[in-house]
Amino acid sequence: MAKMANYKDLVMGDRVIEPGNSEKFHTGDWRSLVPVIDMEKCINCLTCWIYCPDGSILVENEKLKGIKLSHCKGCGICAKACPKKAIEMKEE
Amino acid sequence: MSKDIAINGDAAVALAWKQVDPDVCAAYPITPQTIIVEKFAEYVSNGEVSTEFVCVESEHSALTLCVTSASAGARTFTATASQGLAYMWEMMPIAASMRVPMIMAVANRAVSGPININNDHGDVMSARDCGWVTLFAENVQEAYDISVIAPRICEHHDVQLPGLVNLDGFILTHAIERMTPLDEKTVKDYVGEYKPLYPLLDVKKPVSHNLMDGPLFYFPHKYQTVLAMENALEVTREAFRDFEKVSGRKYNVVEEYKCDDADCIAIVLGSSFGTMKEAVDQLRSEGKKVGVAMPRLFRPWPVADLAKLMKGKKTVIVMDRHLSIGSYGPMFPEVVAAALENDDMPKMYNFIYGLGGVDTMVSDFVSVFNDAESGNAKRVNYVGVKE
Repeated sequence: MAKMANYKDLVMGDRVIEPGNSEKFHTGDWRSLVPVIDMEKCINCLTCWIYCPDGSILVENEKLKGIKLSHCKGCGICAKACPKKAIEMKEE
Repeated sequence: MSKDIAINGDAAVALAWKQVDPDVCAAYPITPQTIIVEKFAEYVSNGEVSTEFVCVESEHSALTLCVTSASAGARTFTATASQGLAYMWEMMPIAASMRVPMIMAVANRAVSGPININNDHGDVMSARDCGWVTLFAENVQEAYDISVIAPRICEHHDVQLPGLVNLDGFILTHAIERMTPLDEKTVKDYVGEYKPLYPLLDVKKPVSHNLMDGPLFYFPHKYQTVLAMENALEVTREAFRDFEKVSGRKYNVVEEYKCDDADCIAIVLGSSFGTMKEAVDQLRSEGKKVGVAMPRLFRPWPVADLAKLMKGKKTVIVMDRHLSIGSYGPMFPEVVAAALENDDMPKMYNFIYGLGGVDTMVSDFVSVFNDAESGNAKRVNYVGVKE
């Protein structure tokens, strides 16, 4: 049997009373394709950071550092938006 | 205690609402409910209530607005009937799943087609699986009384479910009866202050409502509403007890009339309960041991009370004012299931009656009892339909 949540642990009415707890839900599990960055082509324009719907683009000192895979669903928006085609979606 | 008044069922519901003075009311007019919101709009216009009244473009919008308003933390009422309820249907299970204790009066009317504006229970029966506490009124007084009682049940923190107050279209909504209202202070004290749980508009404690559930969460959340509905049974009894203290009027989750020593009883909903009492009196004068009962509370279904009622009875008749085409009337299997709690099953018959508002008279109900007792009844019978 699948391990369902215990109803006693859930707040009444499908309500979430702890703000920002979606971070705990690792949507990276959904991914079938993973973005791979070619740092040689990257110009640090951060277009990918703007477009990523899950905040999965890691930036340090205004430069692209990598991808936080815990929440990356592999949607491919970053690869599509990249003006230099520096991001490629590959099978994991 | 206020003086008796002459009032129709719809206006009586509006009067109850006025005395409760809800925060929000959003509604769309539909016969035979229209008088409720028209009358209530008058109270709003005259400044007799502090309610925010919202005219919406459809019933779907009405219920959507009510659900969100209630989850924001406002005491919210609406009313509808028939096609209006059908149009609301998409939001009906959502209201229950979101656990908003809003109240909706339903002026029971047949559902199209064919198009028909008269009374049967087709509208509310299509909502029976949605998770709403469901109450029925026999007369105008009861339509008023359960309109006052419903928020007490639904807003209870052990329940937190939406509620339906059913009154038969035209038979109660448009018929003027004598009624004893409560005074406004008594109503306000009885209903009390609405204390919402985790409301959306509590800006100091930000919350999210009605999120998506994967398979591992959907079922447990549904189970929560099952438990809330189970709690509603005891909460209703308590609300009825407290109501008796302030009004002198006693209500039960299952109302009985001359059932104690009866061999044969009928179970019916709504205004026909009154007509059937007269049929019972006539048959009793002929020495027949018959009785009639009405589940005032239809959801939660009062299994234990019904089982107790049916214990030792020879015959049980279930009157359904709705059709589940291809099966029995909707209440029949539920009554049979309640009878399973006893060791011995009575003989059980289903009578479908009064669809589309066709008058069902005392004499018709007398025939129903006679057919059931004489063995002339089939398992499912269609009262008055010529074969």
